[in-house]
Amino acid sequence: MGSYWLPTSINGFLGDIKDASLLHFVLEGFLVAWLIWFIFRKSYKSHHRHSLSKEEEDKIISEWTPEPLVKSTPQDHPALKPHVVTGKAGHYIDVDGKPCLNLATHNYLSFVDKPQVEECAIQSIRKYGVGSCGPRGFYGTVDVHLELEEKLAKFMGMEEACVYAYGFSTVASAIPAYAKRNDIIFVDEQVNFAIQKGLDASRSRICYFKHNDVEDLEKLMLEFEAEAGKNPRKAKVTRRFLVIEGIYMNTGKICPLPALLELAHRFKCRTILDENVSFGTLGETGRGVTEFYNINRADVDLIVGSMEWALGSIGGFCVGSSFIVEHQRLSGLGYCFSASLPPLLTSAAMASLEEIEKNPELITVLHKQCQLVHDALANLSEFGYSMSGDIQSPVKHLYLTNPPQDAEKHRSLLHSISQYCIKNGVAIIPASYLDHMEARPRTPSLRITVNVDLTPAEVEAASKVLQQASSEFSLS
Amino acid sequence: MKVGAFREPERLMRREVAVVPKVTAGRAERCGYEDEANGTVTVGETCRRPNMATEGLLSDGAHQLKTFAVNGKHALNVVNGKANGVVHSKKNGHVTAHCNGTTTGVPQSEPKKKPHSKESFEEVPLVTAVTTYMGFYLLVVLGYLNQFLFAPPVAKERNRKGYVPLYNRFEQFYSRYVYRRIRDCWNRPICSVPGAEVVLKDRITHDYGWTFQYTGLEKKCLNLGSYNYLGFAEATGQCAEDSIQSIKKYACALGSTSHELGTSPIHLELEETTARFLGVEAAITFGMGFATNALNLPCLLSPGCLVISDEKNHASLILGLRLSGATTRVFKHNNMKNLEKVLRTAVVQGQPKTGAPWKKIFIVAEGVYSMEGSLVHLPEVIALKKKYKAYLFLDEAHSVGAMGPRGRGVLDYYGVNPHDVDVLMGTFTKSFGSAGGYIAGSKELVDFLRVNSHAACYASTMAPPIAQQIITSMRIIMGEDGTNEGQKRVMQLARNTRYFRRRLHQMGVIIYGHEDSPVVPLLVYMFSKIGAVVRTLAKKNIAAVGVGFPATPLMEGRIRFCLSAAHTKEQLDNVLDVLEDIAETLGLKYSQLPRYKGVIQYEDENK
Repeated sequence: MGSYWLPTSINGFLGDIKDASLLHFVLEGFLVAWLIWFIFRKSYKSHHRHSLSKEEEDKIISEWTPEPLVKSTPQDHPALKPHVVTGKAGHYIDVDGKPCLNLATHNYLSFVDKPQVEECAIQSIRKYGVGSCGPRGFYGTVDVHLELEEKLAKFMGMEEACVYAYGFSTVASAIPAYAKRNDIIFVDEQVNFAIQKGLDASRSRICYFKHNDVEDLEKLMLEFEAEAGKNPRKAKVTRRFLVIEGIYMNTGKICPLPALLELAHRFKCRTILDENVSFGTLGETGRGVTEFYNINRADVDLIVGSMEWALGSIGGFCVGSSFIVEHQRLSGLGYCFSASLPPLLTSAAMASLEEIEKNPELITVLHKQCQLVHDALANLSEFGYSMSGDIQSPVKHLYLTNPPQDAEKHRSLLHSISQYCIKNGVAIIPASYLDHMEARPRTPSLRITVNVDLTPAEVEAASKVLQQASSEFSLS
Repeated sequence: MKVGAFREPERLMRREVAVVPKVTAGRAERCGYEDEANGTVTVGETCRRPNMATEGLLSDGAHQLKTFAVNGKHALNVVNGKANGVVHSKKNGHVTAHCNGTTTGVPQSEPKKKPHSKESFEEVPLVTAVTTYMGFYLLVVLGYLNQFLFAPPVAKERNRKGYVPLYNRFEQFYSRYVYRRIRDCWNRPICSVPGAEVVLKDRITHDYGWTFQYTGLEKKCLNLGSYNYLGFAEATGQCAEDSIQSIKKYACALGSTSHELGTSPIHLELEETTARFLGVEAAITFGMGFATNALNLPCLLSPGCLVISDEKNHASLILGLRLSGATTRVFKHNNMKNLEKVLRTAVVQGQPKTGAPWKKIFIVAEGVYSMEGSLVHLPEVIALKKKYKAYLFLDEAHSVGAMGPRGRGVLDYYGVNPHDVDVLMGTFTKSFGSAGGYIAGSKELVDFLRVNSHAACYASTMAPPIAQQIITSMRIIMGEDGTNEGQKRVMQLARNTRYFRRRLHQMGVIIYGHEDSPVVPLLVYMFSKIGAVVRTLAKKNIAAVGVGFPATPLMEGRIRFCLSAAHTKEQLDNVLDVLEDIAETLGLKYSQLPRYKGVIQYEDENK
């Protein structure tokens, strides 16, 4: 059939050329030239890609030596020989068989070894077994989860709460549920590691402001505003967030919430407040930093809390308006794709929460102990320690005033002080950080936690041990 | 879009997978094409070449084909001796012609090898594909109409005027007008132990799924929704008792991280037991399975590393990879040929732009895929990993405990040496009826993680009762409690799985995955059918899980059944009877495969 149409079409084609205007001719010519260039470019590239023969490829493969699976670990690293806690981590704790006063684990309200809490957990096992065997969506929602969520929302005076199975994953999932690529997040530089991982997962632009420095934050926000003014179309779709902690785990300081919220409001930032330490400890009745400053909680968009410290269980939660929290039930990765919190731990958290509601004076007592410890630690300044942390905070950090210059020596000195304290009946440990992973360098410190059951005599004794350690290691 | 091939009498859309160790996928595919070129090849001939795998589609109008095994023998009987070697290569490029019974049975002639395993991913008929899409678009159009006409009865953001909208508009639309229509199929609260039976809290909606009210009633259902593979979700018995004792001894939590003061003897015991269970040097455990992936992958990988990840990997793995900063490339689900191609290109070309060699290459795969019911092709993956000097990260969340003759996971199933897998990860949520996760492997790996893992440094350690549940259940599986209770459970699960899957095949519904995988996804395709099936099942007191877009591809809505050792044959028969009804009334019998006509036997307990 080719012999019929070929000459005809060539004739037609030649005829077309004859009739074509010059412009037409130039345009067609340009098109053909471009086509040739395009094909050539493409073939050049693919030619380049396939230039290796199979033997050459095999050679590359046989010559390639990957790095080892993991770098070798120094066998003297303290993490390889962790302290073993035998028994309950209550007011007193047995560290490697040595009974110590507990100033190390987060058990602010002594719920860890409270008989009522244990009893609730045991009853829960008898009813639900241990695991929940499924994520929340797939028959992993147990009625106690709903009950706890309702209680948490009511306790915080907000519309809705959702419970996560792990404290770390709570804030790390909550942030990327809202903040996405192209958004901007203003963050305090001392935020905890879980928040940092949440920021990483969001892939948003991160602006760190100086710790608790409202002016610095304002400066950054103004800078951003100026930048946004240049590109209003982009600014119109760039969501803004402010992420802060109630009490900073890394410094023991309370955030200046009213000033931060004012700024957030001015620059139309939504606020995510991590209350992992401040929930159950701050404010008259333990409702956190919003109660402490007497702030309307609706001004904060999302409050994230932990059930692992004050409540003496495992897990975390988010509270906020239904508009905000509901979204996490489909978009919070750690909520959606993880097995739900085991019912027994849910019941334990619920028992602790009820206890706080029933005895709000517990919080008042805790504040007294915080003051007590604060004073005792502040007095250690002449022994070569300097303290960080606000009076009401149950977490305080002790830094060395004259630390060794070498970071490694600094850490090992703190480790030795900790060992000395444990040997002398006081459990005090250095705060552990993965230095190379943190967004900002953290000053090595001893992290002291306050427990509601502390007595003045115990605090005195602990302070004595720290003083002795000071002379033992000639700190001052 | 995976619209299946058209109905052709000579090309039934069935892919039989048989795993012959030491066979690489590339060869398999090539072999298959050769066969096609040659025209008809007898199956017997194909099988006499033991190192070649052919994707065999054994069918011919004239030949009878039996795909069902009777009495536990896996057999694909080609009656009449010969079948046409029609080759059909779709996404799973690796497979063998099965020949058994009348022809030479190569895999079976090697007694120490695993019984050759079968995996099926029958393609969707074109008509169904078209109607599914149309149904979905109809939902979307109606949704938009609804949104245009009526104000949605949902919470609005207050006091945030002038803020950039918080949510993506389509996402919001989707959850309000598409997902909401079958929202009642998820998040159903339970109020009992999630064992073989589970008590559901009854709820109703008066406004088409916008809100739910609890009626105060409860409803006992047969539970095929929970991951309770070995039936250790129990409120009584040894596990529960031991856990209660551990609360009395260690309390509910320690309130500290493992770098600080979060380690108790129970954790050391758990790690030691886990390592022994898996047959590796050491193990490290974490308080949450999801976090085990999300918080450990980033410290094993760094920018300059390449990860080759199965397309069906779990969200936690994807999150971990995203956090690590490593480059990620995806290979087609369980497709060894594609994996090799990606691996080879990666090693040869090195890093993009610079061309520098990769620091490390990781293959990340799962043991049993929770949405597909498929099993990793482990021997081939290991062969490829060795060939290209990559490392293998295997997530055994669903397979540990549930697979293998001793319940030790897919390694046990394939009889693979645990040292051939570099990083073994798994969770305790499923088979052990607890919570948390582990990473196991060489002592060097575990030591590295103890020092560098994000979770070890910053996240609180596992609750003691949770750890105790794992220790006790693991001991039972290993038979260290002095009984054969654990072994019985493992066997019971395997029997239940094979029986249930075969019966479903016989029914003519399409199910995905591997014959021995306790995760059984039943394809219903259409979005509306997910709701219809789950609701009807619930009405008949059966709790199952529906999964639709976005968790699965748009067109592949499915109902997922998770089998358990706690189920009895009577319970399964009950489910199957109900399913038979539903499949008939709702039109779920999509399968175009020939069905086995005989009676499928429940395997004998002593077998």
